[in-house]
Amino acid sequence: MSRETIINILLALLLLAIPFSASAMGEQFYVTLATRITILALAAVGLNIALGLGGLVSFGHAAFFGLGGYAAGILATHTFNAEPLLFGLQGTTSMPVIWSVAILVCGLVALPIGAISLRTTGVYFIMITLAFAQMIYYFAISWPAYGGEDGLSIYVRNGFPGMNTAQSLTYFLICYVVLMAALGLFWLLRGSRFGAALQAARQNATRLSAVGIAPFNIRLVAFAISAMVTGLAGALFADLNRFVSPSMLSWHMSGELIVLIILGGKGRLFGPVAGAMLYVLFEFALGGFTERWQFFLGLILLGVVLFARGGLLGLLAGEARHG
Amino acid sequence: MSIALLIEQLLNGLQLGVMLFLMAAGLTLIFGVMGLINLAHGSLYMVGAFACATVAAATGSFWIGLVASLIAAAAAGAVMEIVVIRRLYERDHLDQVLATFALILIFSEGTRWLSGSFPLYLDIPPLLQGAVPLPGGGQYQLYRLAIIGVGIAVAVGLYLLISRTRLGMRIRAGESDREMIAALGVDIRTLYTVVFALGAALAGLAGALVGALQSVQVGMGEPALILAFVVIVIGGIGSIKGALFGAILVGLVDTMGRFLLPKALALMMPTAQAGLIGASLASMLIYIVMALILAFRPSGLFAAQS
Amino acid sequence: MKNILASSMFALSLATSGLAYAEPVKIGVITTLSGGGAGLGVDMRDAFTLAMKQSGNKDVELVIEDDAQKPEIAVQLAEKMIQSDKVDLLTGIIWSNLAMAVVPNAVAQDVIYLSPNAGPSALAGAKCNKNYFNVAYQNDNFHEAMGQYANKDYKKTFILAPNYPAGKDSLTGFKRYYKGELAGEAYTQIGQADYAAEIAQIRDSGADSVFFFLPGGMGISFMKQYAQSGVNIPVMGPGFSFDQDILPAVGDAALGVKNSASWSRDLDNEANKQFVEAFKAEYNRLPSIYAAQSWDTANLILSALSKASVKDKDAFRAALKAADFKSVRGEFTFNTNNHPVQNIYVREVVKEGDVLTNKIIATAFEHHKDAYADQCKM
Repeated sequence: MSRETIINILLALLLLAIPFSASAMGEQFYVTLATRITILALAAVGLNIALGLGGLVSFGHAAFFGLGGYAAGILATHTFNAEPLLFGLQGTTSMPVIWSVAILVCGLVALPIGAISLRTTGVYFIMITLAFAQMIYYFAISWPAYGGEDGLSIYVRNGFPGMNTAQSLTYFLICYVVLMAALGLFWLLRGSRFGAALQAARQNATRLSAVGIAPFNIRLVAFAISAMVTGLAGALFADLNRFVSPSMLSWHMSGELIVLIILGGKGRLFGPVAGAMLYVLFEFALGGFTERWQFFLGLILLGVVLFARGGLLGLLAGEARHG
Repeated sequence: MSIALLIEQLLNGLQLGVMLFLMAAGLTLIFGVMGLINLAHGSLYMVGAFACATVAAATGSFWIGLVASLIAAAAAGAVMEIVVIRRLYERDHLDQVLATFALILIFSEGTRWLSGSFPLYLDIPPLLQGAVPLPGGGQYQLYRLAIIGVGIAVAVGLYLLISRTRLGMRIRAGESDREMIAALGVDIRTLYTVVFALGAALAGLAGALVGALQSVQVGMGEPALILAFVVIVIGGIGSIKGALFGAILVGLVDTMGRFLLPKALALMMPTAQAGLIGASLASMLIYIVMALILAFRPSGLFAAQS
Repeated sequence: MKNILASSMFALSLATSGLAYAEPVKIGVITTLSGGGAGLGVDMRDAFTLAMKQSGNKDVELVIEDDAQKPEIAVQLAEKMIQSDKVDLLTGIIWSNLAMAVVPNAVAQDVIYLSPNAGPSALAGAKCNKNYFNVAYQNDNFHEAMGQYANKDYKKTFILAPNYPAGKDSLTGFKRYYKGELAGEAYTQIGQADYAAEIAQIRDSGADSVFFFLPGGMGISFMKQYAQSGVNIPVMGPGFSFDQDILPAVGDAALGVKNSASWSRDLDNEANKQFVEAFKAEYNRLPSIYAAQSWDTANLILSALSKASVKDKDAFRAALKAADFKSVRGEFTFNTNNHPVQNIYVREVVKEGDVLTNKIIATAFEHHKDAYADQCKM
């Protein structure tokens, strides 16, 4: 077992241990905090498929995070108000249905965005993904039906068959299982022929085309899968906060997702998990310590980029297997 | 809708475009020469506005404030380059995005730390107050015309600097072949610092000029930054000419969209509703234009390099 | 700022006269202390802590944290304060969209929330709650007052607000009382910094007056550009764009503008005089309406604490509802939906020496109630 694998297992166990010990000590809030870490990690795992494996620096993944959140919010609101959705369809408060809708919607939106964006490369790609996210952001702010800037409240957390999701520990476990499944997906993708082609497309697209594989199609599929995972995280995040608003779609959110990946170690399986743990810890600890927490958060992030290349996992587990 | 109003709105679009050009020129220059994405460019814009407002309040002169804004932004840019940015040239865009994202946090909270939580006061100088008549019976604000003038002067100045001077030659050489000019014995570290400070000074100038029109407050740089990125991506990153065209295009599209879309929609639906939907569409318009342009020209209108 | 590393959690320990404040009370304050909107949160916090300090109540402990004007952070802080700090009361939020994120869930957990600013219509109407007390205003109120006052002098008004819920509420509120004709209605982009296009439309519209609601930096930008443009049509708006936090940045451009608010520095009552004096002495600046509302919130809490234990929710809610405190706004009572019944004044921006400030010139409404109370089933 490599050193990185051991650290990964330890991280997974640590994330699991926090809420259980907090719960045993009656500190419900730390369960919520661990859930937040789990969901942000999930969103970043999604981005890591595009960014870490495919080298596609999307600066617009907040769009999918927010769309997933709105899927949860809109379906729940229609049920709560007993108003039918489009074409006589009913809303729902069942998480599996909501998740499927969130994944489907994000996949469908990601395909055209990806198809246009992937014609560009480098900085253009970064900026065009940002542009698409901004479009959706402004649309959400000014569209009156679902609260606009005020957002949507989910009055009762959506349900999962056979579980009491209102209990914070149960909800954490649901999110944790989803995160582990997504990490499993990432691991499978990385080891698969598709993953190999994707990484080859990043390193040398011309050579890939020479052997008869179109890099464009590979990238587009990766972008869509990436968006779907991030969208699922968005649906979970909306249920955690019992609230969704356009700020989930803002470019700050896209930036934060990138930060999580780099903080943890880009391209690594558990990079997003380590990054989310660190980020939420900083945000929480500094926020309780000083009202100038953003200043110090900035300094820490800067320190990580300049002096801790490879992020937390880079520090702990040494050089990455692949660049 | 009168002709005078239309002319006035076109001028407004042009003025917004010129403002964006000042921001975008520095951004695109820095990318062209050093290959760096600088998200903290908006912070330099904010530094310029704060410096101008603070100095103008202390001395009573907008003009001294304007000079101060140039100095402060250039100095902040030079320090930023030497302490942080210099270490990022060899990194990929991802590290640059993160590091300069961190710089935004530091600059925003740092500025608030220094100058308090309340917006600052800055007004246009007495010399430029008032309006000039327009053909068709309208009038246009002198200060905004002056901004258009400054923008044209900067565009011409940059063109001369890059095509006629020694520094410009080195900048052009740096754009096309970085190793080569180092091999020729040009002090590339100093060159980079100078280019970065120049870009910063332009952003600071934009901040100071706009500060007299707008609210001088923490966070003012971010909307300007996003628009400037839209501009340079449309124009082709690294191209000053592209930045100029992109800026004017974005300025006109944004202004005319806000002005005309609600009116156009009002022909089809009740006015109040047209206002709402028109405003929503207008806020998305420049991003739609950008996506369309990139869909057909993936490297922008005037791609400087492949 | 006074403290470079101000610990956000501090107990107020001042000599007390030994009144019967039985058990400690923990109040969570979630407000905006960083970014462009920090000025409002700072005023809110400063007035609140000052009121607590002056009361000499040593049993009150405050937990103050910064929401950075982001709904997700506000939600997380509320959870932390409820679950971890175990606060008895929550307050502090400045912005409607953050209130909408925090309040429904907090009150559902039987935590009492007191709003020192922001009153979204949903929380005043169908989604009102016995645990939600609005000590500030319902969002429409100031705009309604301006609409009412505009009837006096104007026949054709151009109205303008950002394209988001509070902006739409604002124009709806104005139109609810305004009887004249509209010269035009424009929705601007949120965070918009340049209003040249809108000002050109105003000039072209033949309006005899302009009503705008553009909170924060947007209002500063609009007022400066409007004054510079040389358009002479009189401007009016809700007090938010003409309050003490913003006036210094707008400058003389604001002189003479009529604006509506439930409070003004020159409001003639004993509580207000004491408040303005105390605030000036402590912080060396004039208080804004956010400070005034926050001061009232603190005093409302203190008045309820002296009557009932915060642990006995029913008794404490009844004590809050009685509103038995000396408001700096004069007469203040709660309507059936726990929203204020209060006077709304029309103020004019004047210059006293070098300082821009407001003076009351008329009363637009007496004992004004909001339009949503009927929808509240409590």
